[in-house]
Amino acid sequence: MSLHQLSLAQLTQGLASKQFSSQELTEHYLARIQRHDDKINSFITVTPELALAQAKAADEQIASGQASALTGIPIAHKDIFCTDGVKTSCGSKMLDNFIAPYESTVTQQCQQAGLVALGKVNMDEFAMGSSNESSFYGPAKNPWNLEHVPGGSSGGSAAAIAAGLAPLATGTDTGGSIRQPAAFCGISGIKPTYGRCSRFGMIAFASSLDQAGPMARSAEDLALLLNAMSGFDEKDSTSLNEPAPDFTAQLNQSLKGLRIGLPKPFFDERLNPTMGDVIAKAKDELEKLGATCVEVDLPHVRLSVQCYYIIAPAEASSNLSRFDGVRYGYRCDNPYDLQDLYFRSRSEGFGDEVKRRILIGTYALSAGFFDAYYVQAQKVRQLIRQDYLAAFEQCDIILGPTTPEPAYKLGEKSGDPVSMYLGDIYTLSANLAGLPAASIPCGFTEGLPVGLQLIAPYKQEAKLLNVAHQYQSVTDWHQQVAPGFEE
Amino acid sequence: MNWETVIGLEIHAQLKTESKIFSASSTAYGAEPNTQANEVDLALPGVLPVLNKTALEYAVRFGLAIDAEIHHFSAFDRKNYFYPDLPKGYQTSQLFHPTVGKGHIDIELENGETKRIGVTRAHLEEDAGKSVHDAYQGMSGIDLNRAGTPLIEIVSEPDLRSPAEAVAYLRKIYAIVRYLDINDGNLQEGSFRCDINVSIRPQGQEAFGTRTEIKNVNSFRFVEKAAEYEIERQIDVLESGGKITQETRLYDSDKNVTRSMRSKEEANDYRYFPCPDLLPIIIDDNYIESIRAQLPELPDQRKMRFVEELGLSTYDADILTSERELANFFEDVVKAADGETKLSANWVITEVLGLLNKEDKSIADSPVTTQQLGSMIKRIKDNTISSKIAKQVFNAMLDSEDNADTIIEREGLKQVTDSGAIEALVDEVIANNPQQVENYRNADESKRPKMLGFFVGQIMKASKGKANPQQVNELLLKKL
Amino acid sequence: MVMLPVLFNAKNAMSIDSNELKQIATLARLGLDEASIPQLTERMNEILAMADQLQDVDVSDIQPMAHPLEFTQRLREDQVNAAIDREKLQTTAQATHEGLYLVPKVID
Repeated sequence: MSLHQLSLAQLTQGLASKQFSSQELTEHYLARIQRHDDKINSFITVTPELALAQAKAADEQIASGQASALTGIPIAHKDIFCTDGVKTSCGSKMLDNFIAPYESTVTQQCQQAGLVALGKVNMDEFAMGSSNESSFYGPAKNPWNLEHVPGGSSGGSAAAIAAGLAPLATGTDTGGSIRQPAAFCGISGIKPTYGRCSRFGMIAFASSLDQAGPMARSAEDLALLLNAMSGFDEKDSTSLNEPAPDFTAQLNQSLKGLRIGLPKPFFDERLNPTMGDVIAKAKDELEKLGATCVEVDLPHVRLSVQCYYIIAPAEASSNLSRFDGVRYGYRCDNPYDLQDLYFRSRSEGFGDEVKRRILIGTYALSAGFFDAYYVQAQKVRQLIRQDYLAAFEQCDIILGPTTPEPAYKLGEKSGDPVSMYLGDIYTLSANLAGLPAASIPCGFTEGLPVGLQLIAPYKQEAKLLNVAHQYQSVTDWHQQVAPGFEE
Repeated sequence: MNWETVIGLEIHAQLKTESKIFSASSTAYGAEPNTQANEVDLALPGVLPVLNKTALEYAVRFGLAIDAEIHHFSAFDRKNYFYPDLPKGYQTSQLFHPTVGKGHIDIELENGETKRIGVTRAHLEEDAGKSVHDAYQGMSGIDLNRAGTPLIEIVSEPDLRSPAEAVAYLRKIYAIVRYLDINDGNLQEGSFRCDINVSIRPQGQEAFGTRTEIKNVNSFRFVEKAAEYEIERQIDVLESGGKITQETRLYDSDKNVTRSMRSKEEANDYRYFPCPDLLPIIIDDNYIESIRAQLPELPDQRKMRFVEELGLSTYDADILTSERELANFFEDVVKAADGETKLSANWVITEVLGLLNKEDKSIADSPVTTQQLGSMIKRIKDNTISSKIAKQVFNAMLDSEDNADTIIEREGLKQVTDSGAIEALVDEVIANNPQQVENYRNADESKRPKMLGFFVGQIMKASKGKANPQQVNELLLKKL
Repeated sequence: MVMLPVLFNAKNAMSIDSNELKQIATLARLGLDEASIPQLTERMNEILAMADQLQDVDVSDIQPMAHPLEFTQRLREDQVNAAIDREKLQTTAQATHEGLYLVPKVID
């Protein structure tokens, strides 16, 4: 098997036993990026010199016997994380010229764990999108079918892993932005409990929903990367103030007696029927492993889209006010006065989807509508959380599809925001409630991957990864390789 | 028509913390532009706020000092608007759940009465940066060193009925934040400033008139003048048949006028909403009581002690307790003067403050030390020197660090109390002025005290002011 | 007392017109291309119509949820970390002069 098809454990083993060096491994991936990325446009910035320097340092660490599980393994970072001295665009013209002068906590933790950063990957502009089409750098493409979207907003991360251009990637998930592209590209991804990974240095979209997480081929790899990415950060007031557990610890636990909840609103008329069949088979597989299923109701989850598309834009409209052309980022040419500087810098620097969401958010927060929209949405959000808490009285984990349909064609929905927003119906509620949720590959329909979503109670990422890993121990959907990217 | 004035103040008091409210950069004043603005203060993409413990403590301290309700649950909200000195495009403040709720303070009116003024709320928020006009080729320069400095905004009820009341209220709040040591008191640097809400209504009418808001006034005198001007302006507008526009105005101290602020003309909608980067502040009674236990003596308490225990007049006590440093100075003088309170009060108020006020200086710049002044008052008290000579000693102290005894010794100012020496002087003056003696003796009893002054004057002159006036008087009366 | 001006009338909650859209855009400091306004208004109204379904939910006695976390604000010790590299922080600023960020004239 080629280097890029090895699991993380195999790579670590290979590095430890000197079958290959981190520099060789890094060069292998850099060469693949060179060869394949034209097709999928997953990278915005590649940093070969930095990567090779980090790989060299990793090799020295390995030689000195001080390597950790991730030392010397390449990774791609979503271009939403500030990386000191490296362009951090957030997929926007607004930050096309922005060289971050500081390092995000997540990327710093990755660096400390010995990971080798290959570069920064594509994403929807400011993480606002579900198809990667809102990126200023053009959309990344789905390695399984280049005419289809890779999903978003962490589309570059998912596409890069699916194409074997990186074994690991960071992503962020505000409404499904890790899980949906993972599902579309046939890889694994987890959005941890809100607060598990620091948000410091991660460019904010909707602060009360944003959460960073790992993306990889398997649940086992996710667990290893999450160990490095998570933990308390004093720079983030919303960081979980407790040490993160070892997420690999429960991977091999048996699923006997596991109670799986099947929520009614996840199996409604909106679910593509062939997708439904694939999900049902995955459920059967878990039952074979000893789990039992129970139907649960999450009545208010049906309003996730409505709730989310008020709260997220409202927070975003405020979070994106700092992009004003004064201190960094895009500044229009020859502003004739201060207002002109604001209006033109923002109008020229932001793309359509970002502007649309800023407008919705501004409207939702404006004086006449604050109570009717924003406060009402927050109350519905509370009801959604309560639904989950009630459901977890009856089950240990919730299972459903990640998306109602597989990856759609580029351009198919770009003119119709509402229909694109409705594609997020199954992922949004975990963000609204702040719960950990994962997507793992569980089959194909029309030649495109299908994602299985698993949602766990607060802070039970380890349980989530345990279920995912057990499933992956008896299936090989996660090991499928997109045609054209084998070599 | 008779108009009644209604004034409410929004006071912005910077909190005297080392670091900013949400970041670890310094709050020190006067650094090179943007050298005290880190990535959080600059609102770089991805940065997050963490609340300064001391800022919260100071806000609670203030709340307790004005007898306010301290909310166990408070939270931060975002006030959204665009301005170059506001790097995030929103100010983090507290609209829905301020830390400090309803409280009150008492102010002294000119007629001696006390009036209670309501404080609606006091909330924590961050200060903005500064714009420097014409920094380069007609452009403005933005310095964000001040951005993120912690503030409490203290909002009064519209209880103030004249500019004088507004100033009395402002001074009282100032005294309180200084006593609490939560504000550095530096008005020139903008550490303590206020917005004045002014409206007028016909005497007897209950409904408020339309108000205007005068922004950012940073001296007591300007608050009074700006309010006075604005009241006159509003009266002129209404009496000439016009209407008051609700607007923000700026006070121009050079011309003593207020003018409409163009930049604030646009109707704004601040779109307040709970800040998702910060969690609710939950404080319990133990926390509140631990802060209460450390509260220093406050202006009103100290004033009462000065009247009741030190025997000062209310008027003197009021002046001496108006600032914590002044009250400390006074008490140190009393200590150095072996407990003499009234003379100490007189000298501090008349001489020390007289000099400082002339030069617009504060007590920290006092030209004499408390030890010097106390040593002198002791010598007045024990008759070593007269009050008149004391003035000479005081003046000598202004240019030296010597205490009173050294100066009295060096300049030979010790009062002559040797009755023999005084008697010799008395005899000499009587002998040299036979005509005046004759006149005195023939004069009506009622006119004599006045005529006696002539002889006293002559004797004091001959003694260079050192003769004990009481002894001189007694001897003169005897000999004449 | 805090008074919030009302720019929009709640009875029009179901939709906005192009003038309201322009007012919103002004608040958000976004210039709109005149030609794009009709379509953008339509898109906005679709989204708002969807959001209006929230009005049908019975939320009596429900506390608004601002945050997934139920814990409270952590406090930072009042300590200065003086390491500020102004030059580095200003490398991507487009207009500075002697450490100041330059903007067109600010009018009070």
